[in-house]
Amino acid sequence: MLAWTIYLSFLGAAAMLLLPKGSAVSARILALVTAVVGFAITLIYFLQHRTGEMLTIVRVPWIPTLGIEYHLAADGISLTLILLTGIIAIAGILFSWNIEERAKEFFAFYLLLIGAVYGVFLSYDLFLLFVFYEIVIIPKYFLIAIWGSTRREYGAMKLALYSFVGSAMVLIGLIAAYVVAGAKTTSLSQLAQFPFSSHFQLWAFPLVFVGFAILAGMWPMHTWAPTGHVAAPTAASMLLAGVVMKLGAYGCLRVAMVLFPLGMGPWGFHVLGLGSWRDVFALLAVIGIIYGALVALVQKDFKFVIGYSSISHMGFILLGLMTLNQIGISGAVLQMFSHGILAGLLFAVVGRMVYARTHTRDLATLNAMNLYKVIPFAAVTFVIAGMASMGLPGFSGFVAELMILIGVWRAYPLLALCVGFGIIVGVVYIWRALQKAFFIGTGILPAPPDPPLPPITLAERIGAVILIASSVLVGLYPQMLLNIVVPALNSPLFDGLRKGSWQ
Amino acid sequence: MTAFPWLSLLTSLPLLGALVLLALGGLGKMFVRCSALAFSLAALAITIFLWFHFDSVSGGLQFQERLGWIPSLGVDYRVAVDGLGLLMLLLTSIVVPIAILASCRIQERVPLYYSLVLILQTCLYGAFTALNFFHWFIFWELSLIPAFFLIRLWGGPRRVSAATQFLVYTMVGSVAMLLSFLAIFLATHKFDFIDLAAMAHNGQLMPAVIDKLDWRRFTPDHLALIVFSGAFLGFAVKVPLFPFHTWLPSAYSEAPTGTTILLTGAMSKMGVYGFLRILLPIFGTQMQEVLTPLLWLAVATIVFSAYAALAQKDLKRIFAYSSINHLGYCLLAIFAVVKFTGADASLTAQKYAAMNGVLLQMFNHGLTAATLFWFVAMLEKRSGGLRGLDDFGGLRKVAPVFTGLIGIALFSSLGLPGLNGFIGEFLIFKGSFPLVTWATSLAVIGLLTTAIFILGILQRVFSGPLNHRWVSFPDISVGERMALAPVIALMFALGLYPQMVLGVVNSTVIQLVQQIKF
Repeated sequence: MLAWTIYLSFLGAAAMLLLPKGSAVSARILALVTAVVGFAITLIYFLQHRTGEMLTIVRVPWIPTLGIEYHLAADGISLTLILLTGIIAIAGILFSWNIEERAKEFFAFYLLLIGAVYGVFLSYDLFLLFVFYEIVIIPKYFLIAIWGSTRREYGAMKLALYSFVGSAMVLIGLIAAYVVAGAKTTSLSQLAQFPFSSHFQLWAFPLVFVGFAILAGMWPMHTWAPTGHVAAPTAASMLLAGVVMKLGAYGCLRVAMVLFPLGMGPWGFHVLGLGSWRDVFALLAVIGIIYGALVALVQKDFKFVIGYSSISHMGFILLGLMTLNQIGISGAVLQMFSHGILAGLLFAVVGRMVYARTHTRDLATLNAMNLYKVIPFAAVTFVIAGMASMGLPGFSGFVAELMILIGVWRAYPLLALCVGFGIIVGVVYIWRALQKAFFIGTGILPAPPDPPLPPITLAERIGAVILIASSVLVGLYPQMLLNIVVPALNSPLFDGLRKGSWQ
Repeated sequence: MTAFPWLSLLTSLPLLGALVLLALGGLGKMFVRCSALAFSLAALAITIFLWFHFDSVSGGLQFQERLGWIPSLGVDYRVAVDGLGLLMLLLTSIVVPIAILASCRIQERVPLYYSLVLILQTCLYGAFTALNFFHWFIFWELSLIPAFFLIRLWGGPRRVSAATQFLVYTMVGSVAMLLSFLAIFLATHKFDFIDLAAMAHNGQLMPAVIDKLDWRRFTPDHLALIVFSGAFLGFAVKVPLFPFHTWLPSAYSEAPTGTTILLTGAMSKMGVYGFLRILLPIFGTQMQEVLTPLLWLAVATIVFSAYAALAQKDLKRIFAYSSINHLGYCLLAIFAVVKFTGADASLTAQKYAAMNGVLLQMFNHGLTAATLFWFVAMLEKRSGGLRGLDDFGGLRKVAPVFTGLIGIALFSSLGLPGLNGFIGEFLIFKGSFPLVTWATSLAVIGLLTTAIFILGILQRVFSGPLNHRWVSFPDISVGERMALAPVIALMFALGLYPQMVLGVVNSTVIQLVQQIKF
């Protein structure tokens, strides 16, 4: 049944093209209905199967001569991310309610993107996964290039090129694994059991890992993310930061680490104190956390602050993966969920609630408007989103970062201290942006804007409430997701990882 | 004791109040003020009920509630109070109505102001009852947010930098503390304060941490000290301890006075509470190792803040520094108690005295400081916001009752026998002197200096020739008298019959002290 999330989104996209011309309202409603039904399917599945073990949904031969199957399945990690996708999809449509220009095409691309993302999260065949992964790039390019704002062609092209380079690296690694194994199968679970030689894994692992990590915004391959996020229309930034970046992190865990666990083993020599790819990537992740936070601290453009904050938060996910212990990796999966929700919310406030009304994202200009008085709902939403994003307890970000930090203490105590510094900078940049964007400095109150800004619409309110509620729910009762994530990590698929360098 | 979840009810009541105020804020300012007061008084009633149903003979944890929450992280929903927690609940319940009454100058965004006050109250209750690090940390951190906005939105001219400084300082401390506790969790897989204290008591805690962290560049002792200093920093910023105090004077003076009452009366106690509930039982050994520097810091806190108060011109800044000074005594006594761990009977008696003094001092300082800032609020209301030491003069002639009542509060702050401030400081000095003679002797300088600046206030504001601006300065009104009467009465009652509090907390104090045997 879960497979219908993919089919429905694609069907929705196709149906969108059949709608009469110029009816933006019906396009919105159709998109919303598709997204809600997709989410409802996921939710029912989630409530029925609370175990987290892998359950196959569909498995039929596809290209038998090459051993390629159409294999969809879900375990706790997939399920968590599919829930995230469903929530973000609904919220994104609610925050795009104001799109009038070519609304049909917009929502068609939007649903295509969502369907492909569902596909990636559900694929258990590497070839199938790769196909969905590539499909994602196309709607993402057009969403930015057509409906984007600041330097949209540049942002869209940079994003597409980075994605293609990453995909190429992944593809080379996967074909190499297919050939070396020689078993004529692209099934993830079968290849994961094949004993690749340590020598092979030591070069295949970084290739595939980096290929996926580019999309996860790993420093120094992150530069597509801020420009892409800023150029994208609100709903697309929400999807980009909320879901698409998670595709990269998901690929790192599901493909790179599962297939090549020995690739993280020691090289046998040390360079600058680094003794394995694992050390290298952990260090890059921490640099990403601190670098993203520091750069966010000095941005003049409101959206760039959020764009760089994503780099910082994605660093937590990659670091959590590199701890190679259960608590750290479960924390990383929780952080994928949490950052998806919160990045979506932050981009919604900046892009829809503020930018679409004031037509400026310059923090100095916004500062003079005293937006707290003008659109209090946006200010309150940003305060809550900011609190959650800086990792305040009670919200999802805290539990996730807490678990990652515990994992890091175990694996890299020194890096844990650096991460502490990163968290503090995180607090500062959020408050700086908050103060500058919404609260006027001391001085004379400005006249209310003329003409008055349009009020916050019902769709925006519902979208914000959905996202905040998800974050608080997971923050207060993380067991809900941990119950399915932890058994998934204990499943046979992760055997190699657990036996390899698991701590 | 009872199966009824009293503590959860108490914690959620102000939150409910905040939601009601936000929802019904349109009904007018008067309605909002009255219902905020009603909610805080209801919380006070519950606290008094708990106070009288507390079994003070056993003194252990009572009204316990325990539910599973996040099993894979060792997190339980566990709340309970012992004498210490109960005393803090009572203090919070007394301070919040005072803060609400003292906030009548607030005219803008009234519903939001009072709901933030009530949310802060919930956070305080939560922090004083939670017994699990995760659970406690939620309230500890969340309390910053209402406090930040109370300062940021309703504060004085330099509120932006004051609020930011307050937030960033406390956050740095919190992150350091979080890292320390994660290291401990990693080693023990426990977040429960009581379990951790038991492990520390048996001497198992630090060996486990060292064993698990396995960080070879440091010796085990140093590693334990690093973990300790992270947790220490978090509380030292909050109390605050010199030299981590610099956020406090500007935060207290820029905050609207009602908020200052909350900050000094209840929130600063979160830091001292943390020292007693968390640092002392869990990190006793490490505190003993670095005792001399800690004592120097406590002495510096006491003496420097007293001198700093002497140099201020703004009444709020004077009382802010005086707050630092008063809480410095608490820390002095806490450090003194750690010095000897033997079972020498005479020393044990001194430790009990010092520790009883700490609890009394926490309560008394909360009460007195809240009252003093309340008077500042009344002064501001009459003077249109002026509160400089030199803006007034001779008020005694036009407002004799006002002068008399603030005199009582000032003398209580000074530590005059017969008033509440005396007995706490007396017990602290009595207990600490035999334990750490040199530090206690140096701390006396702080007492003397306090006397000078307190008398200076009385002289420059209330005595002398009447400043002609204030010829028509209204004396205290009947309503204000009615509101002040219970607080002033409590000051006398505690001063004359401290047993009222000591009787309830004494068993808890004995348990706290006995736990520091390692």
